[in-house]
Amino acid sequence: MRVIPLCFVALLGGCATVNGDPRDPFEGVNRRVYGFNDKVDTWVMQPVARGYVKAVPGEVRDRVRNFFGNLADPFIGVNNVLQGKFQDGFFDWVRFGFNSTIGLFGLHDIASDMGYEKHNEDFGQTFGRWGAPTGAYLVLPFLGSSNVRDGLGSVLDFYVDPLSEVRPYRVQYGLWGTRLVQVRSDLLDASRILEEASLDKYVFQRDAYLQRRRSLVYDGRPPRERDVDTIPPGEPK
Amino acid sequence: MTKTILAILAAVLAAGAARAQNMTPPDVLVKQVTLETVELIAKDKEIRGGNRAKLIGLINDKVIPHFNFVSMTALAMGQSWNKATPEQKKRVTEEFRTLLVRTYASALAAYSDQKFDFRPLRAKPTDTDVTVNVRVLQQGAQPVPLDYSMEKTPSGWKVYDVMVGGVSLVANYRTEFNNLVRESGVDGLIKNLSAKNRALDGK
Repeated sequence: MRVIPLCFVALLGGCATVNGDPRDPFEGVNRRVYGFNDKVDTWVMQPVARGYVKAVPGEVRDRVRNFFGNLADPFIGVNNVLQGKFQDGFFDWVRFGFNSTIGLFGLHDIASDMGYEKHNEDFGQTFGRWGAPTGAYLVLPFLGSSNVRDGLGSVLDFYVDPLSEVRPYRVQYGLWGTRLVQVRSDLLDASRILEEASLDKYVFQRDAYLQRRRSLVYDGRPPRERDVDTIPPGEPK
Repeated sequence: MTKTILAILAAVLAAGAARAQNMTPPDVLVKQVTLETVELIAKDKEIRGGNRAKLIGLINDKVIPHFNFVSMTALAMGQSWNKATPEQKKRVTEEFRTLLVRTYASALAAYSDQKFDFRPLRAKPTDTDVTVNVRVLQQGAQPVPLDYSMEKTPSGWKVYDVMVGGVSLVANYRTEFNNLVRESGVDGLIKNLSAKNRALDGK
């Protein structure tokens, strides 16, 4: 009798293959989206990011990174509070206060120099902290690696993003574009290393994403996983 | 005769004890090697100008002696390691080592005077397996943690895994390695690794 629910789960998994990774039941579709994203990245994003690095001095790029980083701090604080880390959340707002004023609209990250370190939080991490499972791994068009939990988190992140309040739209799109190029330019070295280090880029990036998100949910101190070595392939890890 | 043997034995023991005492603690070792390597690169015009062969030479001299590649390869292969013959194990280890050294060189070449924060070691003196935490500080972003998993061996503390931003290097290779072994055996993995290394050589 227990076979029937199992079959049902397998059906939900859709195109899962025999050798497939249980964390990635949609590998077939994901790989196709990944291929598409990779082309967009190679032909559009990377050339633009490289041009930006060439044209804009590092000092100015630091200011741009700080500016957008500062705008993100208030909601990083909200997420810390939602996760019960009140002190961290409070310090995120202190950061925003100092950097927006003395740091000239966030261009200078003086709060870090004062010892208030920047945090990395988002709604996906908050859901994870509350115990939500990651769900299936997903590769989203244009956005890249995600999973069900983090994808839902990203919708909320987008909704509260201060940039979406900016009017006129011309300026808003300009700011989105600038931030996108800044973020991509910061990842140029990392993506080159990924290219060199991996045998199967798709798998390497997926596993790195899952490890990274898990580490972030636990703020860099994840509990030890069951030793995956002892589990035969094809079984859940 | 017995006296001579005893004297030799005593001398050997004393030497061994002295060495054990001189064994550099893991956190001190990581700090020394990191700072020395970064300084050597900063001073070297050719390496900063993009001389990859020279950078790899420097890594082989300064950094690699502190890594245990057999442990790293065994961990990356997981259960497939036990299926490999001694000759296969040797070959995989060699190829994996070449790939990792090159990756390490790329990471170092990307280094641009970020500051390091060497964290105090949280371990008992009797521990033989520790994690050394370093953080790379950068403008306007969260510091990136670099965690070195290290084991105590007779020839000093050796690194057997590096975690960058919470991503374990050896764990990240495990799925790739296992997929290849499942598809075409350990020899398939060796072939794939060496093809990758040769392709990168051509660049």
